[in-house]
Amino acid sequence: MAHAAQVGLQDATSPIMEELITFHDYALMIIFLICFLVLYALFLTLTTKLTNTNISDAQEMETVWTILPAIILVLIALPSLRILYMTDEVNDPSLTIKSIGHQWYWTYEYTDYGGLIFNSYMLPPLFLEPGDLRLLDVDNRVVLPIEAPIRMMITSQDVLHSWAVPTLGLKTDAIPGRLNQTTFTATRPGVYYGQCSEICGANHSFMPIVLELIPLKIFEMGPVFTL
Amino acid sequence: MLDVEAQEPPKGKWSTPPFDPRFPSQNQIRNCYQNFLDYHRCLKTRTRRGKSTQPCEYYFRVYHSLCPISWVESWNEQIKNGIFAGKI
Repeated sequence: MAHAAQVGLQDATSPIMEELITFHDYALMIIFLICFLVLYALFLTLTTKLTNTNISDAQEMETVWTILPAIILVLIALPSLRILYMTDEVNDPSLTIKSIGHQWYWTYEYTDYGGLIFNSYMLPPLFLEPGDLRLLDVDNRVVLPIEAPIRMMITSQDVLHSWAVPTLGLKTDAIPGRLNQTTFTATRPGVYYGQCSEICGANHSFMPIVLELIPLKIFEMGPVFTL
Repeated sequence: MLDVEAQEPPKGKWSTPPFDPRFPSQNQIRNCYQNFLDYHRCLKTRTRRGKSTQPCEYYFRVYHSLCPISWVESWNEQIKNGIFAGKI
């Protein structure tokens, strides 16, 4: 989960998110360099006593400052496209979970083996135990195994919602009449939080998502959730 | 139609619907709907020919894994009332 006054991305829990963090750092470094260069040039321009009244044209400089940004953009685009295609790779999932958005809670369906369907409501402030996270904890978490490709099918029963878990690099819109698919593989166990990411009414900020990722052996032991 | 026992996945052989290259995109609604239709068409054809409907249970497992149960229930209701829009 994010901590107070956090500026950067959360630690990655999936290989795709690790790639995204690396790409983010790389693109940010290029942005900082360009910003510094421009601000420095601006500073020099504003603080000089020299004047020049006969600049007419500067073909060479103009060529350089057109070609160089184009090269920089290509150097940003290539890793970006690599990651984009990586997210679209065909992977054989081990488990399919359905996530259905409602106003204002999520329903999760585990129907590969039998049928486990439950709702996940945010814990109201009065029901919080000491140590629980306000606006983030829910009554029923989504329990999943680590190190297994999981396919999430996301849709909505009423209005637009969005199922997001930042630490896994996931954000998929829940659209009524559409069944969006996203896959992920978690690399480490833990409890990971996300929040609805598409405005959906009065309690849009109060329908969080909580994933509880546990080792496969424990997941296979059977239902570990209490309903 | 076979009973609930037959619809359960074979032990150790089924995990989840595999990647279907007919539906490569993000919106899998067609995948879910097509398997639902295929299941009912398979049932209808094999019952008409007097054969066992065991092979149709694959389609059942796929749509049961992919489709939200509320959609399946409403489609089954429509089939029961004769107002289902799909061609079975």
